Amino acid sequence: MIRIENLYKRFGRLQVLEGVNFQIEEQGVVAVLGPNGSGKTTILKTILGMVLPQEGEIYFDNQPVLNNWDYRNRIGYMPQIARFPDNLTVRELIEMIKNIRDVDANEHALIERFGLESSMDKKLGQLSGGTKQKVNIVLTFMFDSPLLILDEPTAGLDPVSLIRLKALIQEEKEKGKTFLITTHIMSLVEELSDQIVFLLEGQIFFQGSVQELKDQTGQKNLEHSIAKILESDA
Amino acid sequence: MLKILKYSFADLARSRWSYVYFGFYLLLGFVLLFLNNDLSKAVITLMNVIVVLTPMIGTIFGIMYFYSAREFTELLLSQPIKRRDIFLGQYLGIALSLSLSLVVGLGIPFIIYGVAQSSEIWDFALLLLVGAFLTFIFVALSVNISLRNENKVKGFGYAILLWLFMAVIYDGLFLISLIMFDDYPLDKFTLFASMFNPIDLSRILVLLKLDISALLGYTGALFQNFFGNGSGMIISLLVLTLWAILPIGLLIRTAKRKDF
Repeated sequence: MIRIENLYKRFGRLQVLEGVNFQIEEQGVVAVLGPNGSGKTTILKTILGMVLPQEGEIYFDNQPVLNNWDYRNRIGYMPQIARFPDNLTVRELIEMIKNIRDVDANEHALIERFGLESSMDKKLGQLSGGTKQKVNIVLTFMFDSPLLILDEPTAGLDPVSLIRLKALIQEEKEKGKTFLITTHIMSLVEELSDQIVFLLEGQIFFQGSVQELKDQTGQKNLEHSIAKILESDA
Repeated sequence: MLKILKYSFADLARSRWSYVYFGFYLLLGFVLLFLNNDLSKAVITLMNVIVVLTPMIGTIFGIMYFYSAREFTELLLSQPIKRRDIFLGQYLGIALSLSLSLVVGLGIPFIIYGVAQSSEIWDFALLLLVGAFLTFIFVALSVNISLRNENKVKGFGYAILLWLFMAVIYDGLFLISLIMFDDYPLDKFTLFASMFNPIDLSRILVLLKLDISALLGYTGALFQNFFGNGSGMIISLLVLTLWAILPIGLLIRTAKRKDF
């Protein structure tokens, strides 16, 4: 589904990605992990064409991604910080994104699910951070995209919404979708992910299942496995 | 692109500042026309306000909108749209809504006063056109600044400096150089230099149309001598068009190469 070949990215003097290679074939949830500043968000953004790499190529369903745009019809992206134009209402924003995509969307079920009905006619500037994040979820999940990219999806969500989001991810996964998720919450990784991609110093340090990572590091719990990798590195 | 334009226009059309700007022109138009009762004086006052104010508002709105819409732009970038369409759409949304505030805000008092029946109608039309041009130019310049500066404070500073330079400092430098190099023939230099400042160029354009030689100043008089009124206007309009097109082109180029 996604193939990343020899990806290099430098921001000014800061080399973030140094030859990243990986491939995701099967469906399911892939957690992209790594310490702060390891280039997780950068990888996700290069897949989306928002960050332009110095070197390397990305293929989505065997089509090169760089300098292309229509492949994004098949991707849903949930950014880390949800900020929208203050003067638009939630309804207008959803309509706008639907208008851009020009495909069917099932926003009503999601609006109900996250209890956004009462906020639909409020301006986005008046919403709290958590509510904006819920709008963000609706925008990401309302299309039937085969690939969903979620960057820190749990930020700012209350426990109830968090449970709903996890259930939603589970359901969509069972429908055969692929997820790329970055998060620092290890319980979420253990609960949801089928595969882990671990980034360290701009390269893929590990790719495999949660169990494989635990076996490799000889730890019983994921958090400790990760800590062990980082300690041995330092 | 039209979709983006529509939404950023709708977003701005509901912003309080658009109405303040609109209201300001409305008030200015009424006061000048109805309290002054001298059309040609009103045109000159309006010109002086427009050539300074439209670039300033264009600069400030352009830079503020792009900085505050940064995350929204990221959302759009993740959607299946070309980069060019996103940035051109947003740019045109700002430039058009500001131009509309100007044209409608001054247009209403013009029409009520009955300018449409008077012989001065074309002077007013040209004023509005110049105002719109300056809006398009300075919004484009400030958007370029915002794309090249991640640091908002810096970007804002550069933008204000650009406006200050074009509106005030440029003329000062110009005068100083004219005085210092008094002994040399400076006609060509002067003509050339005035092309590099859209604010000066707009002022010359309007004054050529009004045909008030007393107000033309040195550069304007040169323009008139060199090109005559008719072709002087055409040339200044052409250069103004260039002033609008080049920054828009640069804006698209910068946007295409930028990381978000």
